[in-house]
Amino acid sequence: MSSPALGEFLRSRGVTRRDFLRFCASTTAAMGLPASLVPRVAAALEQARRPSVIWLPFQECTGCTESITRAHGATIESLIFEAISLDYQHTLQAAAGDAAERVREQAMKDNWGKYLLIVDGSIPTGNPGYSTIAGHDNRSILEEAAKGAAAIVALGSCAAFGGIPGAAPNPTGAVAVSAIVKDKPIVNVSGCPPIPVVITGVLTQYLTFGKVPELDALGRPKAFYGQTIHDRCYRRPFYERGQFADSFDDDGARQGWCLYKLGCKGPTTYNACATVKWNNGTSFPIEAGHGCIGCAEPGFWDKGGFYQPLSTGRWGNARTVGTAIGVGAALGVASAAIARKRQRAAEGG
Amino acid sequence: MSLLEFARGPALQWSITIFIVGVLWRLLGVFLLRTKKDLSEPRNPAAWKGLRLIALRSWPRREFLEGTAFGEVMGYAFHVGFLVSLFFFTPHVLFFADVARGLFGTDLRGLIGVGWPTLPNGIITLLSAVAIAALVAVLIHRFVNPVKRLISNFDDYFSWFVTIAPLATGMAAFSHLAGWPYERLLAFHLLSVELLLVWFPFGKLMHAFTIFAARGATGMIFERRGASL
Repeated sequence: MSSPALGEFLRSRGVTRRDFLRFCASTTAAMGLPASLVPRVAAALEQARRPSVIWLPFQECTGCTESITRAHGATIESLIFEAISLDYQHTLQAAAGDAAERVREQAMKDNWGKYLLIVDGSIPTGNPGYSTIAGHDNRSILEEAAKGAAAIVALGSCAAFGGIPGAAPNPTGAVAVSAIVKDKPIVNVSGCPPIPVVITGVLTQYLTFGKVPELDALGRPKAFYGQTIHDRCYRRPFYERGQFADSFDDDGARQGWCLYKLGCKGPTTYNACATVKWNNGTSFPIEAGHGCIGCAEPGFWDKGGFYQPLSTGRWGNARTVGTAIGVGAALGVASAAIARKRQRAAEGG
Repeated sequence: MSLLEFARGPALQWSITIFIVGVLWRLLGVFLLRTKKDLSEPRNPAAWKGLRLIALRSWPRREFLEGTAFGEVMGYAFHVGFLVSLFFFTPHVLFFADVARGLFGTDLRGLIGVGWPTLPNGIITLLSAVAIAALVAVLIHRFVNPVKRLISNFDDYFSWFVTIAPLATGMAAFSHLAGWPYERLLAFHLLSVELLLVWFPFGKLMHAFTIFAARGATGMIFERRGASL
């Protein structure tokens, strides 16, 4: 490729050496790497060539694209993101229709086996006509593009786990990328949407080391998904002390107490929101006064109400309990009747 | 379906159902038995006064203290720790409130007129640890004491296991033991609670429902016969 090295590209965009090293240090820390690796990260990024990236949006809401491309404005993270050679993204690119598809095919051909494939949105496996691009169904596009990819980033909970399109009753038969592609390394960057810094962190690690980062059991980068929201929540001390908000406008809520009773899913949600935060590190949902809805976890849409506390809502209902009481009472009366009969027989009358 | 979803959904619902059916089956099966008519002249017609045996037997008698002190202390340590952890830990209280809302259309405050306080996690952790320590101590005592060892059977050991398991897994989940994922530890905790619920009606744990009725009935018989309580 004749594209400039990343360092050269960033300098041409007015990024100072100090800013670049600051970015390298913070990204290295965010990835959970030792500080001693900052020079290596910086050197690798400095020399890295812009990798070809093909981004396939399927059944999605464009929230992931919004998150990555707009949330941080013109920060160095977005410049890094711009520094990749984004050869296909039909939401962002000017070309459309056959012209756009030819660009994708050409980029795939030129970089076969080397390009990074980003997928956002789930893939419908029901009627192929549920979601098509230029007359091709999502599944066949994904299968074709995955063959030549070096690695795949499943961006957002839809691509990573099926997300909202895959929620019950899942009318389109929506599935995650990992349900279709089995022979390529897949990095799940879940979240609805995912945190911008997480995707730039994954890209940085890929550019630096040429391989995907260490992943958890759900295929997510451990550096960002290694701890729960609850683990790192600044409201955790209130949880420990048993101080909870009972409603969104009570005194506890005003004092910033724990939102567990209001349905916060932080204890079972792995993501970096509490540390990396959103909107250029401004805050995250809990800091804004709303509980975590667990959007980075599989099936988050079908795990009960967002405002139901984690320990509630699954025990059954009055009907099942009533039935159990009826059955238990009937069994008890019947067994007592049999026992009384035996008692009488034993007493001779 | 993940392990946690299984534990929070079908496993929980089935275990609650089995618990209710089993408890009612056993309670009614006992309470509806025919009691043999006592034809003797009552020495004390106010037999109901014998109900005070429920309280009297809940406290050690001085003359037997030497032999019963260990069991009494450990028994109280375990039961207080277990019951406080069960009924005053915030997630548990929310669960019971949710059950009350589902059954009666109102939460606990609407049902009993007062709110149900929750305790800080530090106190719950301490009392859970005390309960676990007491259970371990009584198990060792059961092994060491030749008489207790002789009269112990599977029911004793399994009931011990299903009782300590929710406490141990609950503390493990709370403390993220060994760096395991919280949801896996939480699933183990729920499954251990469900095992307890399923076993409860069919083993010696059923004493929780029968002990006070049994003491009351015994006290009334003793009172009627003029025995000293």
